Amino acid sequence: MSTEVKAPEAVRPSVTTPAPPARKKSPYPYWFYLPAAVIFFVFFVVPTFSSFFFSLTRWDLTSWEFIGLDNYVAFFQESALITGLKNTLIYAVVTCGLKVVLGMALALLLTSPIIGRGFLRSVVFFPVLVSTIGVGLTFQVLMDPSAGLINKSLALIGINGPAWLVDPKTALLSVALVDVWKGVGLATVIFIAGIVSIPREYFEAAATDGATAFQRFWRIILPLSKPATTTVIILALIGGLRSFDLIWAMTRGGPGFTSDVIASVIYKQYQAGFYGLSTAGNVVLFLLVTAIVFPLFQFFARQGVDQ
Amino acid sequence: MRFAKRWRPVSVIAAIAVCILALGACSAGSLGSNDEGGGTTLTFLVDNGEGSVKIGQGLAEAFHAKNPDITVQVQQRPGGSEGDNIVKTRLSTGEMTDVFLYNSGSLFQALKPQQNLTPLTGEAWAGQVEDIFKPTASVDNELYGAPITSSFGGGILYNKKVYEKLGLQVPTTWAEFMANNAKIKAAGIDPVIQSYQDTWTSQLLVLADYHNIAAADPGWAEKYTAGQVKYAQEPAVKGFQRLEEVHKAGYENKDYRSMKFDAGIKYLGAGKGAHYPMLGVAVGNLATSDPEHINDIGFFGQPGDDAAQNGTTLWLPAGLYIPKSTEGAQLDAAKKFVAFVASPEGCDTQTKAYPPAGPYMIKGCELPADVPAAVKDLEAYVKAGKVTPALEYLSPVKGPALEQITVEVGSGLRSAQDGAALYDKDVKKQAQQLGLKGWS
Repeated sequence: MSTEVKAPEAVRPSVTTPAPPARKKSPYPYWFYLPAAVIFFVFFVVPTFSSFFFSLTRWDLTSWEFIGLDNYVAFFQESALITGLKNTLIYAVVTCGLKVVLGMALALLLTSPIIGRGFLRSVVFFPVLVSTIGVGLTFQVLMDPSAGLINKSLALIGINGPAWLVDPKTALLSVALVDVWKGVGLATVIFIAGIVSIPREYFEAAATDGATAFQRFWRIILPLSKPATTTVIILALIGGLRSFDLIWAMTRGGPGFTSDVIASVIYKQYQAGFYGLSTAGNVVLFLLVTAIVFPLFQFFARQGVDQ
Repeated sequence: MRFAKRWRPVSVIAAIAVCILALGACSAGSLGSNDEGGGTTLTFLVDNGEGSVKIGQGLAEAFHAKNPDITVQVQQRPGGSEGDNIVKTRLSTGEMTDVFLYNSGSLFQALKPQQNLTPLTGEAWAGQVEDIFKPTASVDNELYGAPITSSFGGGILYNKKVYEKLGLQVPTTWAEFMANNAKIKAAGIDPVIQSYQDTWTSQLLVLADYHNIAAADPGWAEKYTAGQVKYAQEPAVKGFQRLEEVHKAGYENKDYRSMKFDAGIKYLGAGKGAHYPMLGVAVGNLATSDPEHINDIGFFGQPGDDAAQNGTTLWLPAGLYIPKSTEGAQLDAAKKFVAFVASPEGCDTQTKAYPPAGPYMIKGCELPADVPAAVKDLEAYVKAGKVTPALEYLSPVKGPALEQITVEVGSGLRSAQDGAALYDKDVKKQAQQLGLKGWS
């Protein structure tokens, strides 16, 4: 016991108080943790490990048969998977990039002294509050190539609008645009918080030095709102990688398989009753999201420490 | 000592977790018996489709009027794969209603009938069931279900006014069909309606071609289930090729990518399009949305290569089943109810409750004289014996991605051969999941 206490003292001589309290001195008795532990175990640990297990079986929800890695083999042979992977990455990068750029632009606008600022801030945030499925179905109607409001408006100014959701070339990007419209409000709010927290002194000093508006943005706002940028990038990227509801509401992965993302490929397996197979797909999606987001998070975290 | 102390909470947690899991496992409550006062009450589960509900209620009332001591209580469940799960779960937990309506064919086979359902082969009405229906509700020559609701065709719905105006004949070969299309297009009418916004509608040219496959190779379905024949081979690949031909010739309506089923059937009724590859049940939709044009619409089977073998693919009725959990007086009453449904009187009751889309599968049942023209057209095929049940009644193998593939082939994003090969892969996955032989 005593050796444990001494070790930190050797490392940090200036600390005179005893080292962090040992486990024994926890202010709460063990049974105090029990309810949380039971909930955590039953609702998180058990499902996680059972999903790893069921991904190795042929499963119809009532009975299962162990088939080893066959589900993973079948999932990687799924022809829609390559399109799905590619589309997932395109979708995540496009929505994330646009949300960062547009979110920053809107945040700059909404932190400047303009009339009705509070009202405009809420207007930008409103789409975030609306049901995703509702947004998807509404835009499906608006984006109808012949009868939709968007193409009718474009026709008024002499532009022959694209076929949006039913053209394989534009389907995925159309959904991505709607996703950006719906999600940019959240990015904006985070950026606003970041910009507002920058101390006024920097701007006053910059004004004294005669900095231009662009210099103020490039040298002060952008570097000092980096934590906000990091948050937005990570949230938008995770959201984009696992995005499903909007795509499903608008195109169901169509036309054909052209706007399928990994999540919709998995969902279709589920719908077809291939529960083991879709569980295997979910394990793959989990690993993929972790593989992309975890290093990114580490990268940003290290940069934060360097500052 | 310390080690033991540390471990104690974990073991407590584990013990509690096990208790909770054990409690969860036996929480399913029992529904109790449905006996009331003097009479018997039968519970009857149907899917929540408009037709099924109306037919179920109509039958329940008519049966009660005839047998005042038995009351039939109709219960509803969702359709689609959610409904499949409900039916399977209730059967395996022994909580199914006394009688229930469910698909025949491959979905029926998935219910493990020998284990879960009461055989009905010995019932008096069994001899009156049409031979084409029997195999779809049987396992090892034992019949488990009575046909309920009408059959319906899958083929081409066409606008008779357009045919009259242009002096066209109902085609008996695919070549004639395409020749008709050329004339229709020349007259400024869209020859073939496609509605890919509702993706399921894109499958019809492939699914309705099954009569032609069976005509070329009568044993195709069996070999297909065993994994010996493929869609990417003749004769099955023709369905995909026909879909491709229609697109390449530019015969579909301009907005085929964004049109929905409801709009498609109205487009046909209005004569803006001449043909709509569709299921015969669509006539029922037209009856409510556009009753004026209902008799302008006719039906013909999807034509194949050989005029002599012309016929149509037929979708068969659902089955009425009695689970093994129905016993004693309930079972007697349930059998009486099934016998009522499988009688000409039962057919008439169904016709009154909901307009039929095709002939009933009970001998001696007649369709009324005032059925829509398309239903009469189908009846002629059935009476002449020129019908083949759709593949889903003959084989449990159907890939889940067919509708996406047919959208791609029908939009020119993928060639027919490529699409058929991709569908074979999709099918293989499903056959493996079913654990069928010959697919590993």
